[in-house]
Amino acid sequence: MFDVTIIGGGVIGAAIARELARYRLSVVLLERKSDVAEGTTKANSAIIHAGYDAKPGSQKARTNVAGNALFEGWCAELDVPFRRNTSLVVAFSDDDLPGLEDLVARGRENGVPGLSLIDEAELRRREPNIGPKARGALLAETGGICCPYELTISLATHALLNGAEIRLNTPVTAVRRENGVFVCQTPQGPVASRALVNAAGVYADTINNQLSEDTFTITARRGEYLMLDKRFGPAFQATIFQMPTPMGKGVLITPTVEDTVILGPTAEDIEDKDDVRTTAGGLDQVLRVAALSWPQIPTRHFITAFAGLRAHCDRNDFILGEAADVPGLFNAAGIESPGLTAAPAIAVELAGQVADRLSAGKKDSFKPPYATRKPFRLMNQAERETAVAADPAYGRIICRCESVPEAEILEAIRRPLGATTLDGVKRRARAGMGRCQGGFCAPRVLELLSRELGVPQTELTKFGGASRILCGTLGEMPEPQPRAGQERTGETHA
Amino acid sequence: MPEIRKIDLVIIGGGPAGLAAAVAAWDDGCHSLLVLERDVRLGGILQQCIHNGFGLHVFHEELTGPEYADRYIRQVQERGIPFQCDTMVLDISPQRLVTAVSPAHGLVQIQAGAIILAMGCRERPRGALAIPGTNCAGIMTTGTAQRLVNLESLVPGRRIVILGSGDIGLIMARRMTCIGAKVLACVELMPFSSGLTRNVVQCLHDYDIPLLLSHTVIAIEGRERLTGVTIAEVDLATRKPIPGTEEQIACDTLLLSVGLIPENELSLSAGVSLSEVTQGPLVDQNLLTDVPGVFACGNVLHVHDLVDEVSEESARAGLAALAWIRDPAGPAGSSLEPIRVRDGKGVRGIVPQQISRPVQPPKLHLTFRPDAVYKQATIRVEVDGETVLRQKRLIMTPGEMAVVDLPTGRFDPASAREITVHVEVSA
Repeated sequence: MFDVTIIGGGVIGAAIARELARYRLSVVLLERKSDVAEGTTKANSAIIHAGYDAKPGSQKARTNVAGNALFEGWCAELDVPFRRNTSLVVAFSDDDLPGLEDLVARGRENGVPGLSLIDEAELRRREPNIGPKARGALLAETGGICCPYELTISLATHALLNGAEIRLNTPVTAVRRENGVFVCQTPQGPVASRALVNAAGVYADTINNQLSEDTFTITARRGEYLMLDKRFGPAFQATIFQMPTPMGKGVLITPTVEDTVILGPTAEDIEDKDDVRTTAGGLDQVLRVAALSWPQIPTRHFITAFAGLRAHCDRNDFILGEAADVPGLFNAAGIESPGLTAAPAIAVELAGQVADRLSAGKKDSFKPPYATRKPFRLMNQAERETAVAADPAYGRIICRCESVPEAEILEAIRRPLGATTLDGVKRRARAGMGRCQGGFCAPRVLELLSRELGVPQTELTKFGGASRILCGTLGEMPEPQPRAGQERTGETHA
Repeated sequence: MPEIRKIDLVIIGGGPAGLAAAVAAWDDGCHSLLVLERDVRLGGILQQCIHNGFGLHVFHEELTGPEYADRYIRQVQERGIPFQCDTMVLDISPQRLVTAVSPAHGLVQIQAGAIILAMGCRERPRGALAIPGTNCAGIMTTGTAQRLVNLESLVPGRRIVILGSGDIGLIMARRMTCIGAKVLACVELMPFSSGLTRNVVQCLHDYDIPLLLSHTVIAIEGRERLTGVTIAEVDLATRKPIPGTEEQIACDTLLLSVGLIPENELSLSAGVSLSEVTQGPLVDQNLLTDVPGVFACGNVLHVHDLVDEVSEESARAGLAALAWIRDPAGPAGSSLEPIRVRDGKGVRGIVPQQISRPVQPPKLHLTFRPDAVYKQATIRVEVDGETVLRQKRLIMTPGEMAVVDLPTGRFDPASAREITVHVEVSA
């Protein structure tokens, strides 16, 4: 029996796990996928919002502004990338200008610092690539960008180092409460606990509605994105928003902390909560709308497209805290944008509430986060020299696009909560994230994963489940079918 | 940092281009030379090209890729040309300072007299096409599949659709069939194959693999491993899918052969300007880029069809680089205004893009691709608006690089300003 079970290994679940690990509580996190950050967390805009957009008085507004203030400290402590690159909401017609003033007013009501209106000249000085129709912008100085999956892996690892259990590949198939104890059914058996944190993303309604009379509905709202090669990282300094719409904050263009550029998202409500496909219409729409912000999008230099699902709640706000009719059930549900920004605030608050409910005090000692080394690609000459001299595996570059040496791939596999899949390596070491998208390094990463994990390459997957990379070895293949007609001899070709 | 080594000629890449350049420069007397190769062995991509058909032009016999590479590797070894494998070049400065790293030698810096860029190319990934669908397992480039099958005896898939009909795609269609997989179709967006005709015949037709021209993959299905793709015919003019022509194909693997991109990240770090068309460096007839002392050859310059042509071009680069080392103010370093070379009607990606003066006789070697299939074509070369050369070709296709040798006696190299090459349908 655990004190607390957390369902969901996204940024919210991982952040709550890390905050709960500060208390004298036994904590287990259940994640259905093969890695943390495999759902909504890995496929979103990666923006740390200032907080001018949310409805005043809402949970979104409150936790957005509080989370934004915590973000820098969290990222510094965990040594994950974060940059306050500022956000700009751009008016592309004179009709939009009053809307900007409304946003400023709303932002001030929400307690957002550092908001101002800038005129067209100042906007063009800051962002020379902005489209010709731009008339002015709202500047939000506290807007930022981060790497959501790195943050989540770091949080989950920090929780793990402080005694939390992280169980991957563990979907919760049913949940019930019996005599005050929560029991999660999983293919690996039941998991019992005194309290339950519901951070199940697009499935949070399914979890809550099995336990509480106070039901709600989560709709998966799909957003499609395109990503540009890092050569275009300097195209924009700030995150460029257009005017928000009822469906969300619209199509944005933003540099990432890794210097690529992302364009998106669309917003489309879909039935199937696992459907993260991109569509021709969606990608076209991203390009069409983004062209208003950036007419010269270098379309020859896209390196990938992806889609993510936002967990949109029918109550139009985050659902946070203990369910009124189920003591011990704590929801962190409906966490769509600005959920990433709000994660630190939500985690601190919910962990405190859970600890209060279970009357748990803080531990005497709390271990620091897992110490990561500066990536080779960011090292200066002297640091690189030292690294290679100490470990020759730093001298063998496996991923040429992102300059990832063998040493960092081994580290990604061997570290606590290490990678077991190709995507796991990609999100920990960046091998395969670059412009060739793993074309050159994937076979070598497979070799290293196989060797380190003691698993044949043919068993390795892209992201767990049935996502195997290979279909077998040559020796296992059937004899080819003999061809009809005459055999040809003396073939020549390049 | 250990002291900076000084070497006359540093060649970046030990594939067919780098090796041919090294041998040529060495034989012409350049003995302060180093080849840097990122793989653990020399030979580059040829090592995974185990099919035959290489070497017909250079060696007048048919070799496999590894055999062809071995001919050059042996020449390098016999001469004692220095090379270093397992070494990644991290940076080249505009002043030709090369920074490289390897497990054996750590981080090293080399001040090069001249540099030959010979890094080859990479394959366009799925993301470059933005094919809609899921990001499931079972999608990879044909070159990655070729490496897995030929070097590691691993099978990437059993029921396969190939998108694109570049030469590696065609070769892999046959290879996958030969190892017992079923290749269901080779799907090509354009109304013609971008591969060599002989490969279309010998790799697809001979194995009854359908080549679906003017078709493309419009959707990718499968949550974890690929389960199928949807293909559709495309409109000839717009290249957009035609509604109503969609067809689903159940398959476990999609191999992409949708183009090769010269790999010029290091060239950019050195300050070399690239062509928007070839995506390789802008060069003159000596294969000199716009950065003094930095030359380019092989697939990093423009994608070739035949390795024999890579070897020949690269040998020229080796000699030109050595000439530049001996006399930086000579023909390859002249400050005279160059002659511009332009793509005319029907022509894409002419190399070189400019001719430095003084022009060395007897001829200028110009290569390009036609922008479509032309039958009964005429290549017409204009110098400052005046036709100086016409050559007839029975057929020209974008899949086969066109070559025209322009005799320098046909025009006045001292006064010419612009050379334009056109492809026209003969009257």
